[in-house]
Amino acid sequence: MSTDIAQLLARDSFIERGARSRAKALLDPGTMRELAGPFERLHSPWLAMQQLVTSADDGVVVAKGLLDGHPTVVLAIEGAYQGGSMGEIGAAKIAGSLELAANDNRRGIPTRAVILFETGGVRLQEANLGLAGIAEIQAAVVDLRRYQPVIGVSAGTVGCYGGMSIVAGLCSYLVLTREARLGLNGPLVIEQEAGVAEFDAKKRGLIWGLTGGEQRVASGLADACVQDDTPEVKAAVARLFAQGLPQQHRSERADHFLACLARVDTTEQPTPEDVRNIYQQGDA
Amino acid sequence: MEQQNTTRGAMWLRLLTGGTRPAHDWAAVQVCDAELAGQPARYIAVVPDPANRFSRARNGEVGLVEGWQLAKAVQEVVAMDRDAPVKRPIVAVIDVPSQAYGRREEAYGIHQALAGAAGAYAQARLAGHPVIGLIVGLAMSGAFLAHGYQANRLIALDDPAVMVHAMGKASAARVTLRSVEALEKLAATVPPMAYDIQSYASLGLLWKVLQPASLAQPGEQDIAMVRGALEAALADILEDRERDLAGRLNGRHRQASRRVRELLQTQWEAAD
Amino acid sequence: MEKMEFEFGAGQPASGRTVAGVVASGDLEVLLEPGQNGRTTVAVQTSVDGYGATWTSLLERVLGPGSLPAARIEINDNGATPGVVRMRIEQAFEEAAQGGNTP
Repeated sequence: MSTDIAQLLARDSFIERGARSRAKALLDPGTMRELAGPFERLHSPWLAMQQLVTSADDGVVVAKGLLDGHPTVVLAIEGAYQGGSMGEIGAAKIAGSLELAANDNRRGIPTRAVILFETGGVRLQEANLGLAGIAEIQAAVVDLRRYQPVIGVSAGTVGCYGGMSIVAGLCSYLVLTREARLGLNGPLVIEQEAGVAEFDAKKRGLIWGLTGGEQRVASGLADACVQDDTPEVKAAVARLFAQGLPQQHRSERADHFLACLARVDTTEQPTPEDVRNIYQQGDA
Repeated sequence: MEQQNTTRGAMWLRLLTGGTRPAHDWAAVQVCDAELAGQPARYIAVVPDPANRFSRARNGEVGLVEGWQLAKAVQEVVAMDRDAPVKRPIVAVIDVPSQAYGRREEAYGIHQALAGAAGAYAQARLAGHPVIGLIVGLAMSGAFLAHGYQANRLIALDDPAVMVHAMGKASAARVTLRSVEALEKLAATVPPMAYDIQSYASLGLLWKVLQPASLAQPGEQDIAMVRGALEAALADILEDRERDLAGRLNGRHRQASRRVRELLQTQWEAAD
Repeated sequence: MEKMEFEFGAGQPASGRTVAGVVASGDLEVLLEPGQNGRTTVAVQTSVDGYGATWTSLLERVLGPGSLPAARIEINDNGATPGVVRMRIEQAFEEAAQGGNTP
């Protein structure tokens, strides 16, 4: 019993770290440089227009350095600010960095990227610029992943939702903690759109059972489920980078997924086990 | 059948492809191989499927199957032209009310299905295929990200029924704890929040806005105008050395997007 | 949303620059940079209106004595209590004294 408590106290929580701290922890000690940081004072003009308090980094940290000795840029979303939602500036920081990383590769520099997803998607106060920004992030991920793996990490507590979950689906590899959730529409939105019978947003078991980190990995929709422990997250990211590019990106497997979906019994609502069975069966 | 033909997306697909038989016998994702500027081109639209096995995707939403079918339709084009000197254009005829909202959709990973579609369009574009997005109705959130937002050039028809946004008014009002009227009033003063196509155009993301005489019942002139715009977009893409989305960064409302990129570029190389 | 500006006498310029905290509900972000010798400026942006007197007296308590390093301080506040505000400002000065935390 006391060993468990000792272990708990000794654990270096990744979830409890803010975005800047997470980025720093993933990069090799002493190599982190923040780009377009808070002292550039890139405040959202659209939030200012609506008399809303702005953050000097618009909720996104761009950290360039070395990860396991390789040039890497970490894009860390601050989930505590506006729910990690994407505004024009935050999205531009991510897309712009991925674009520069791709250009590096075209010039022979093997820069890679890690995206720390702690986001609900588009910032509604910036709606169409948030959405357009996310489209640009998607374009940049598809470009960069021709050269280097793009690795996504979601640890919680916000998880990865909205248009950014589509970005996660484009990543070469995904690392999730058990606490993380990955889905397109949040439980509350589904309940509002489709009614409580379709999705009861109060049922935590249902939410994590269907969209939590462990389930996503078991269903083949993510690659590693890790404890909320910083060294463990870092080790998983490093290990996946070392694997190199996947033979085929998950998002390219249209035939496989269509074959799986054809077997789904749509007369019943799915249990987590149903989903795992369908996706583990492969194309048979 | 009747219902399918009444949406703007279904109608414009038919008008632009001359009623060509679809390349697949899919209900919601309509894929037609026709012509653009006298050369082969693939046209794709998503239309309602009232008999969809997935009950939350019956009104033209992009759901699980639709996402992966879009991906397949685009992947096929890339495969067909892999060794061809000329990469055929892909025209996304866009009229999509939203992604599908449902338990099944989340359980089976609709985010991954939409990533399949978005990724395929982006890869086609990077492979040299001119991708043109033609917005003839709704272009909303995840559905638009999957079907059309990766295009080299975006064209929209100017009409109250044509709308681009991240979330429908009713949902957005609920989420932000406002009335729809209050939301509309706010949106009128904040360009990226607005719902009308002219405000969207002010963001600099569209290549062209067209004024048809009638959106609901286009005449010969309207069809010719749209076809002409598609051909002009094709020519514009072919002249462009770059096949990225940088053309969307020029609007006066994208100053911050440009500033961020300039700063990143300047600071990227600083001595480590 | 309210904006306020303050100025205080101070010591030598701070040794580094730092960011402390996040603009989360009940929290605040404090940006601290070396200021002009002898002068500390504070620009406050807060989501809660009507607490000008509280901000004034709190900042007066912390910076009024004038013995802290000269700094240019920016505060973006989302409803933090005075205790949390004070904690973040002190955190920022501590980190700056150690050379700062934003490379």
